[in-house]
Amino acid sequence: MKKRKLKEVLLQGNEAVVEGALRAGCRFFAGYPITPATEISEILSVSLPQVNGTFIQMEDEIASLGAVIGASLAGVKAMTATSGPGFSLMQENLGFAVIAEVPCVIVNVMRGGPSTGLPTMPSQSDVMQARWGTHGDHPIIVLSASTVRECFDMTVKAFNFSEKFRTPVILLIDEVVGHMREKMVLPDDGDIEIFNRVKPTMPPEWYIPYEDTPSGVPPMANFGEGYRYHVTGLTHDIRGFPTSRPDEIGPFIARLHRKIRQHYSEIQLEEFYQTEDAGITVIAYGCVARSAKRAVREAREKGLKVGLLKLMTVWPFMRSAVEKVLQTSKILIVPEMNMGQISREVKRVNQGVARVVTYNKVDGTIITPEEILHKVMEVS
Amino acid sequence: MSEITKLIHKYLRHDKKFPHVWCPGCGIGIMLGALIRAIDYIGYEKDEIVLVSGIGCSGRLPVYVDFNTLHTTHGRALTFATGVKLAKPNLKVIVIMGDGDAVAIGGNHFIHAARRNIDLTAIILNNCVYGMTGGQNSPTTPYGMKSTTTVYSNIEQDFKISELAVTAGAVFVGRGTVYHAKLLDSLIEKALLKKGFSVVEVISHCHTQYGRQNRLGSAVEMMEWQRDHAVPVEKALRMKAEELKDKILIGVFIDKELPVYQDEYDKIRERAKGVGRK
Repeated sequence: MKKRKLKEVLLQGNEAVVEGALRAGCRFFAGYPITPATEISEILSVSLPQVNGTFIQMEDEIASLGAVIGASLAGVKAMTATSGPGFSLMQENLGFAVIAEVPCVIVNVMRGGPSTGLPTMPSQSDVMQARWGTHGDHPIIVLSASTVRECFDMTVKAFNFSEKFRTPVILLIDEVVGHMREKMVLPDDGDIEIFNRVKPTMPPEWYIPYEDTPSGVPPMANFGEGYRYHVTGLTHDIRGFPTSRPDEIGPFIARLHRKIRQHYSEIQLEEFYQTEDAGITVIAYGCVARSAKRAVREAREKGLKVGLLKLMTVWPFMRSAVEKVLQTSKILIVPEMNMGQISREVKRVNQGVARVVTYNKVDGTIITPEEILHKVMEVS
Repeated sequence: MSEITKLIHKYLRHDKKFPHVWCPGCGIGIMLGALIRAIDYIGYEKDEIVLVSGIGCSGRLPVYVDFNTLHTTHGRALTFATGVKLAKPNLKVIVIMGDGDAVAIGGNHFIHAARRNIDLTAIILNNCVYGMTGGQNSPTTPYGMKSTTTVYSNIEQDFKISELAVTAGAVFVGRGTVYHAKLLDSLIEKALLKKGFSVVEVISHCHTQYGRQNRLGSAVEMMEWQRDHAVPVEKALRMKAEELKDKILIGVFIDKELPVYQDEYDKIRERAKGVGRK
């Protein structure tokens, strides 16, 4: 038997997002140019028509997410990519995708803010915007990536989660990861798990589009396939029709939350690095996790029991992973390229058990391994 | 039941959602009737119609009819419709908007949809006011009129939706009124059959809000105003400017051919397949 040749490629994070999206089955992209996410648009404008997909540049980011939701309702896996300012504009239709339960993927290549901020410099300042940016009480899934390979994997995961749980999924990467080039091995199609939305199998007259199911996720009919139903951003009953009845509103909002919460363990993605015996654990995500890994390695060389918890799922917050490192760690260090967004969550889970040390940098430069190591030495 | 009523009922969702939200005497029902008659006359299947709307009184229209229906965010209906149409070009996508929806909050989407020439039909109900929120000034409220946010007087100039659509590049633009129901039927029918971005502006009345605040009388009186002030575009060509001062032009404003987005994109797909994957 011929040995399969591994396909090694040198890719940028943004390019890996494109590869992941195409492999996951994405066939529609609508976007608006913005640094540092533009490469995703540019490459998909070449690739999507080659696979009978559609690329369209819209008039703004509001329109981009609108078109993405429309395409998804018509049955095509769809995504957009943007950065901070554009992500702010998408918040309106993001809420629509949540309440109407429309699968879609939004990649936010984070840059410094507020406002126009730092277009070509990295940041992690949209963590809370991704969680709470759209109005109303809603669940959301937010993933992150710290390597080029993870950009690929997390994009595939983002599509799978969006299809499986009928929800928008946000992938937060940052300017460093988006623009950095690394070698990665492209997996074979057979090695990638792809999930497609569950469609109704009952006859159309029996279809109740927003009826509760054991998973909390109702089967989704695509437009034009015989299941004529109503999709609205108004709070609706199980048939999709607007409702003002408390006995219908309550269960609906509860189901939206439950369908994510009850799959918590499946959604939680993390990497524990040298945490088994760690008295100090660094909790990091995105490009900071790269620096943190090296800092942990160097600290270990110095004989310090330090570990890393790398968060690949950012929301819902990784309570169980943090609780796990709290079994050994008396100190948690949370370096972030913002004024402290995930560290608040860490403190909330910690409940005073360990000492939580924050390290925040918002000057547009990355947090280096030396800085994290210095912090480790300072507290140990 | 008369034949025409039976026809309307064929397309309604009887299982839920009646009575409707609109005020007695509202023009939206007339517009809906015209749309249903046009759809029935052309012979579209219910499954192939996607009816998309924004927010406001007109935004509530799709829920009552038995098509694939999509009630989107305020002003964004055309963007959702763009996604639906490009993802499944065999669907007939019709967008219902109000004046605030189409040319205030959604103005940017409107001109770009027209410029792009995607095969969509936009039907815009223009009643010169934000009705659902209680009668505020809209971008089509005429100069000098009153609303709950211009209680002294509206000092802004109004958008002329059809003229705007022509300038933005729509390939078919027609304006009708809810008084001229037969004209409305034919305008919507022509718009639906037109390949490319087509617009029908429907002049309607909001006697509950706009009419009351400006003392314009009942729904019937406001429709009589439409009868007395509407001038066919062909006739207007022979009239002087001062004669046309308080008139509204009705009829077909433009009917032209331009490359349609989907056809052009199909060509892009063919070209792209000859290029190595990047």
